[in-house]
Amino acid sequence: MKLIEDANKEALSRILEAEPMLLDVVPAHEAIKGLKERMILHAGPPIKWDKMCGPMRGAVAGAIVFEGWAKDLATAEKMAAGGEIEFHPNHHFNAVGPMTGMTTVSMPVFVVENKRFKNRAYCAMNEGLGKVMRFGGNDESVLNRLRWLRDVFGPEMAKALKHTGPLELKSIVARGLAMGDELHQRNVACSSVFLREIVAAVANVSTDKKVTADVLDFIARNDQFFLNIAMPMAKTMTDPAKGIRGSTVVTAMCRNGTEFGIRVSGTGDQWFTAPVEMPEGLYFPGYSEKDANPDMGDSAIVETVGLGGFAMAASPAVAGFVGAGSPSSAANFTRAMGEITVGQNSEWTIAAMDFAGVPTGIDVRLVVETGMAPTINTGIAHREPGVGQVGAGVVKAPMACFTQAVRAIAKDLGVS
Amino acid sequence: MSGQENSPIQKLLSSEVKVVNVGLEGFVKDLQDCNVQVVHVEWSPPAGGDPEMAALLAKLGV
Repeated sequence: MKLIEDANKEALSRILEAEPMLLDVVPAHEAIKGLKERMILHAGPPIKWDKMCGPMRGAVAGAIVFEGWAKDLATAEKMAAGGEIEFHPNHHFNAVGPMTGMTTVSMPVFVVENKRFKNRAYCAMNEGLGKVMRFGGNDESVLNRLRWLRDVFGPEMAKALKHTGPLELKSIVARGLAMGDELHQRNVACSSVFLREIVAAVANVSTDKKVTADVLDFIARNDQFFLNIAMPMAKTMTDPAKGIRGSTVVTAMCRNGTEFGIRVSGTGDQWFTAPVEMPEGLYFPGYSEKDANPDMGDSAIVETVGLGGFAMAASPAVAGFVGAGSPSSAANFTRAMGEITVGQNSEWTIAAMDFAGVPTGIDVRLVVETGMAPTINTGIAHREPGVGQVGAGVVKAPMACFTQAVRAIAKDLGVS
Repeated sequence: MSGQENSPIQKLLSSEVKVVNVGLEGFVKDLQDCNVQVVHVEWSPPAGGDPEMAALLAKLGV
């Protein structure tokens, strides 16, 4: 159908023309219009407290105490259950967040702007591995780290970024892909490149030697640091592709631990949701699939621009880490995703595939026709609040989201 | 009998068999266990075999 082909061409072109730049780090309430006290932004499509999974509830309780809206976790849970907290998806506020995806007023957020289309997206800092709020952690160690990020790390990053000026992100991603990252479960190369970009500026702007050391050490010890930059980058790339009539290209994929949601260009901000699936993967010692929480996080936005599971061939090490098999299997994942996408990104290439561009622009029609759902690389959270990450794996987006989207586009175009 | 022995199928099975398996992957392992060379091709019916959805997709240009 020519209308759809033209619309998809336009959607892909807008995604590929993006020029995402990292501009700043600011408190969330300064950047995110409409974000206010006693409001929590979460990962995934809309969800109410009574439907939230364990880690999401744990993170919500922790965020309430962190913001000083309650004195302890028990009180915080009562407030959340009693309707005293407003919940909204990050995506409704131009934001994204990995796993539970908590975003509240005082958390520092990265500000990424797509210079080509002038739209922005935001994401809180990555806290590192172990017991962290994004996996539902909420004890004093978790909250103290968030306080340090708010009071020390965020302001230092802001000063450093003013010193460097806007950082061009596509080239960092291109270098990371060549160095073995796929930008979802492996970000060690991009995090290292980012550290090289920022290290001199941090040293130049900081007035305290210990603070300088702590800030640089925090980035250096966190292999996933760049994920929280890659995610808003990806969102700034797909948002301009929203609202092209007839386009069947996916503009967002996300999960809240209970439901998976997608948005499609031709249907604008409408969500198509279905129950999330369980990731299949490898578990840390002492844990098994019995401990695992279902799929969660806004991080699947990176797959939406051809990274993560779509760029598995760039990252054989990830294939092993997420239990997806041998390096040759990694290439098969990328080839398969090429069957459900409308093009490739020539700026993000994979050496192991003779420099083919990452498959980009998921077409809901092709997903339903082939029966091949998008592959997402993901961390696995413990099902109980407060425990943290227990493994990593691969998960499929539920097919029902895509069949609903196909029907909605058909209806809009008067096709039955 | 002699006619069947010379049939194309008899000739095929009396030489080394190389198999292309389309669809269900379960057959691949059985053949590999018998040391038969096999290449697997992933395939499933369009739209998971849902004729109404397949027809809709055809109208949408797939």
